[in-house]
Amino acid sequence: MDWQAIWLSVRLAFCTTAILLVVGVPLAGWLAFSPRRWRFLVEAAVALPLVLPPTVLGFYVLLAIGPHSPVGALYGRLTGGMLPFSFQGLLVASALYSLPFAVQPVAGAFHAVDRKLIEASWCLGVSRFATFRKVVLPLARSGIATGAILSFAHTMGEFGVVLMVGGNIAGVTRTVSISIYDQVQALRYDAALETSLCLLGFSFVVLAVTYALQRRIWTAWPTN
Amino acid sequence: MADQLICRCRKRHSSGFELDADLSIPLDQSRVTVLFGPSGSGKTTLLRLLAGLDRPDEGVIAFRGAAWHDSPRGLHLPPQRRRAGFLFQDYALFPHLTVAANVGFACGRERAAEMIETFGIADLAARYPRAISGGQQQRVALARALAAGSALLLLDEPLSALDASSRVRLRTDLRRMLLAGGVPSIVVTHDRAEAIALGDWMAVLVDGRIRQTGPVREVLRHPAGPRVAEAVGVENVLPAEIVGREPGLLTLQVGPLNLQCVDAGETGPLVACIHAEDVALSRDTARSSSVRNRLAGRVVTVERDGPLARVELDCGFPLVALITAQSAAEMDLKAGDAVCAVVKATAVHLAASG
Repeated sequence: MDWQAIWLSVRLAFCTTAILLVVGVPLAGWLAFSPRRWRFLVEAAVALPLVLPPTVLGFYVLLAIGPHSPVGALYGRLTGGMLPFSFQGLLVASALYSLPFAVQPVAGAFHAVDRKLIEASWCLGVSRFATFRKVVLPLARSGIATGAILSFAHTMGEFGVVLMVGGNIAGVTRTVSISIYDQVQALRYDAALETSLCLLGFSFVVLAVTYALQRRIWTAWPTN
Repeated sequence: MADQLICRCRKRHSSGFELDADLSIPLDQSRVTVLFGPSGSGKTTLLRLLAGLDRPDEGVIAFRGAAWHDSPRGLHLPPQRRRAGFLFQDYALFPHLTVAANVGFACGRERAAEMIETFGIADLAARYPRAISGGQQQRVALARALAAGSALLLLDEPLSALDASSRVRLRTDLRRMLLAGGVPSIVVTHDRAEAIALGDWMAVLVDGRIRQTGPVREVLRHPAGPRVAEAVGVENVLPAEIVGREPGLLTLQVGPLNLQCVDAGETGPLVACIHAEDVALSRDTARSSSVRNRLAGRVVTVERDGPLARVELDCGFPLVALITAQSAAEMDLKAGDAVCAVVKATAVHLAASG
């Protein structure tokens, strides 16, 4: 088994999830509570990676972070490196690609928080931000956990975007699914089978945990 | 004049309902004010405007001389700066926090402990809201609002989430707690008995307008018009015309019959309001008592309602009498029986119609 690729995928998934929590929770909060009429446009943009072919997304990301783009140029000036075909570049692409998997469950959970609880908190003199932190976040925590788990799992299995943006460099951008592809191309079916089974088991466990979490929203709290 | 809550505002809903409230509550005379009205009259809307949860289309809200909302000046204080504790129908306790953490949500540890002591909920402190009864939840919600330093309490049908037996029991408890809290409160209800048990002063809201304000018993006894009379549950609201005036006594024509009542100087088109419990029934029609009004009629229906019986009569106009179930049984009342409705002149209250 290609342990190097597995370790790389785990690292990528972990970092992507962390980025998505930082970016996705405020974005989901805005989507759930903003009174703006054009909110649906942002919702559609966030959901885009769900329907867009990974190659298309990957291609645009490649253009956007390339050395000739403003983002790529700025990155080059700051770090001296290049984003395409690097781990950092993969991170940008993965975060974009998994955005809906993080934002949608979190926004749904925010939306499901009883409006009266929020208003009761305001009437007690607690600011909007503190209310969000003390009431909305704790009550939406199973949704946040779901978003994090789905982002992690989705990034673990990523293929098209990674190939477009990162290429196939061992130890730098060769993730598990690319490693499986290589093994099949090289007719090493045993190795491919082993790694695939590993991913299958992982995916099943993740989904089982997610559904279990959703069902136990309240029973997960200590009784008395 | 400063010790008042003034609310003069308009708010139109997308459904077409419009609240146009003109209300000033004398806080020096009223510790508990009842906001009374049938469902759909705009009570909750008004309460939300007071709390700052909704914004009036235009108008002024001022509490003890401080402006909370002033459309002409473009002033609108958010709920956080009004400190009007809002008690939702289901109390809206935070389900992820213990009772102690709920009470201490917006205040220091010491203040919370003090309130928990005052409200006698120390033995519930470590429990979660879903593990305590509705009455206890109400207590916690009140303690939470007072602990946060609320200057005014707004209670939206505080007893409606309870079952019928605890509702009656907790009425007096609630009033005691509201008085002990030391801040004025406004309680929304559509129940007469609740209004009497809870309030010092009441405002009647019908179809989005404040129709009458005053001490609770005064308003219930002397509704200002047919709409208020109906809203506060006066069973008999009868259009009447003045046909005679003797010193101190007024003769009215109601349907085909005449009624006498005390003359308080009314003129113009009137309605006669008679509470059903002020109508007595008798089988014999002979004049043998001090009662001025003896109205001959026929029984239309007899309905048992717990210890009471509600008897609908046809006296040329419909008249409802509320008598004890025993009396109804002893008199053997059935539909079609000829009876005499007996009403004291002092039990007929006049109000301007329209």
